[in-house]
Amino acid sequence: MATQETTTTGLLGWIDERFPLTKVWKEHLAEYYAPKNFNFWYFFGSLALLALVNQIVTGIWLAMSYKPSAAEAFASVEYIMRDVDWGWLLRYLHSTGASAFFIVVYLHMFRGLMYGSYRKPRELLWIIGMIIYIMMMATAFFGYLLPWGQMSFWGAQVIVNLFSSIPLVGPDIALWIRGDYVISDVTLNRFFAFHFAFPFILAALVFIHIVALHKVGSNNPDGVEIKKGPKGNRWSPTAPADGIPFHPYYTVKDIAGVAGFFIIFLAIVFFLPDFFGLFLEKPNFEPANPLKTPDHIAPVWYFTPYYAILRAVPSFAGTQFWGVAVMGLALVMFFFLPWLDRSPVKSIRYKGPLFKIALGVFAVSFVILAYLGMQPASPVKTLIAQICTALYFLFFLLMPWYSKIDKTKPAPERVTQ
Amino acid sequence: MKKLIAAFVLSLIPVLGFASGAVHLDSANIDLKDQAALQRGAKLYVNYCLGCHSLKYFRYQSLMAFDLTEDQIKQNLMPSGGKIGELMTNAMDGEQAAKWFGAPPPDLTLEARLKEGGADWIYTYLRGFYQDASRPLGVNNRIFPNVGMPHVLADLQGMQKAVFSEHQDKDGGKTKVFDRFEQLTPGQLSPKEYDGVARDLATFLTHVSEPMQLERQRLGIYAMIFMLVFFVLAYALKKEYWKDVH
Repeated sequence: MATQETTTTGLLGWIDERFPLTKVWKEHLAEYYAPKNFNFWYFFGSLALLALVNQIVTGIWLAMSYKPSAAEAFASVEYIMRDVDWGWLLRYLHSTGASAFFIVVYLHMFRGLMYGSYRKPRELLWIIGMIIYIMMMATAFFGYLLPWGQMSFWGAQVIVNLFSSIPLVGPDIALWIRGDYVISDVTLNRFFAFHFAFPFILAALVFIHIVALHKVGSNNPDGVEIKKGPKGNRWSPTAPADGIPFHPYYTVKDIAGVAGFFIIFLAIVFFLPDFFGLFLEKPNFEPANPLKTPDHIAPVWYFTPYYAILRAVPSFAGTQFWGVAVMGLALVMFFFLPWLDRSPVKSIRYKGPLFKIALGVFAVSFVILAYLGMQPASPVKTLIAQICTALYFLFFLLMPWYSKIDKTKPAPERVTQ
Repeated sequence: MKKLIAAFVLSLIPVLGFASGAVHLDSANIDLKDQAALQRGAKLYVNYCLGCHSLKYFRYQSLMAFDLTEDQIKQNLMPSGGKIGELMTNAMDGEQAAKWFGAPPPDLTLEARLKEGGADWIYTYLRGFYQDASRPLGVNNRIFPNVGMPHVLADLQGMQKAVFSEHQDKDGGKTKVFDRFEQLTPGQLSPKEYDGVARDLATFLTHVSEPMQLERQRLGIYAMIFMLVFFVLAYALKKEYWKDVH
């Protein structure tokens, strides 16, 4: 990717002598060659970035009127909704934006699973992505306490209590997180501080994610390494033959994707901001009351698969720690994915029926777990959650075996259209 | 493989099905654009409800959305000497109220968003009081069993009794299922007029729970039109650029 030495004059020339502006533009946009065969699934990376920017911008403006105090938080949210000019729009963009962020990230991750984007040489890219995902969950968890509604309070209470089940040090850790014996004003203050700070760490991680991506280059639906293929295209004799400049081709394509995303996103913001009680939960329209436990406490939908896994694990030897451990393990499994997949091909297009079934069962289990995590537990539902939890883990644990013996098709040398 | 997944999902439907134990709510059929209903609702609320149930996130000023002038609000709906920008609070002492009713009367600003069913819940609740000598205040409520609140609209509705039918359970026990109401003593209003009162209050509280609701939907139309046009243009631009890729 040798950038031609060009000398620019004027303001740009002045800047380029002091900062590699033109160089960065070329290396990462105008002369960054991406595979030309990206499909629908490749929209979600840029959309995740858009969702992050939306959360940061609306969040900063919400913070201008929000009061992180147990006495005032709930009222300040209603103040934003009613008395702040466009406050309701900022708040709905933020609350819907949180769910939208998770939806696009889940689709982005599923894309990676389908096309083997976690495989060599993209192991580190995948791991950075997983760190982003976990940071996102932490940020969302802190943010969910801020409206100080009943579900905010009791959800935080339940999740922080999970840490109490860790042997020996658990209760002290929970106390350390809360800063108090119960979720209180102190907790709200620190959660607000974290909720404000974490998105900037997220932005930095996203930058690192993109640096890693541009080092190894994008995967594609065929799983072909375009850098290893023949060289020379219309734009450069040294660029991959199957690559096209990211700008303008993928910038204009992603803009169309952004428009499509906004049609759905704004339809929810303007017409269904509660989204049937999933994005704004009904009990959260009542201020936090430490003396009144709601009938049914459930986390927000994007946490429910893991919550269902947690509840599916029975307590053993007098502690519920196992559920917490298994839930943590469910996330840790993703980190090992690059080394679990032994298939000779990357993309699902050339993988055999075993992988397709495994991925399908995994995805369906994940969705069922998400549903079960929202529901009150019952013996039948717990049994289904246990089965789905087992299937979730088997997807990873059996992968070295089924990906190896699977009947794959030969992967092409060049990308297909 | 797709068949396999479909079969797997279908097999789960019976066990995952929603529990149908929810209480049946009557449909309030509210219209948030009905200014007369909102005005009547506001008046009823101030006269019958506000003494106990504050609307502490809602300002008197916001009542101007119902085609009311500042003077009309000040003269008819506000305590004298108050400022128009004040929140609709009351002087109820929560601790005292808890002693009287068992629990302090909740603020109702967000009631329509809090309750499953929203306006329908409020409508059904207001029409659901019936005589029950076993309760301290002599009344109970169909969808809010053992409610601590008295039937404050009894002079309008009169008093009714609930008729239950008994059902034999599979395990031999009996469950009482609500069948119908029967009027015991008449009120100032006919049952139909009283339904109107309940509807007006449900309309008012739905507005109060999210005053910008209609504005939000109105702007949403423009946002949709803009985004659809933008999408068409963006897609055409993409097509144009990508001509030379293939």
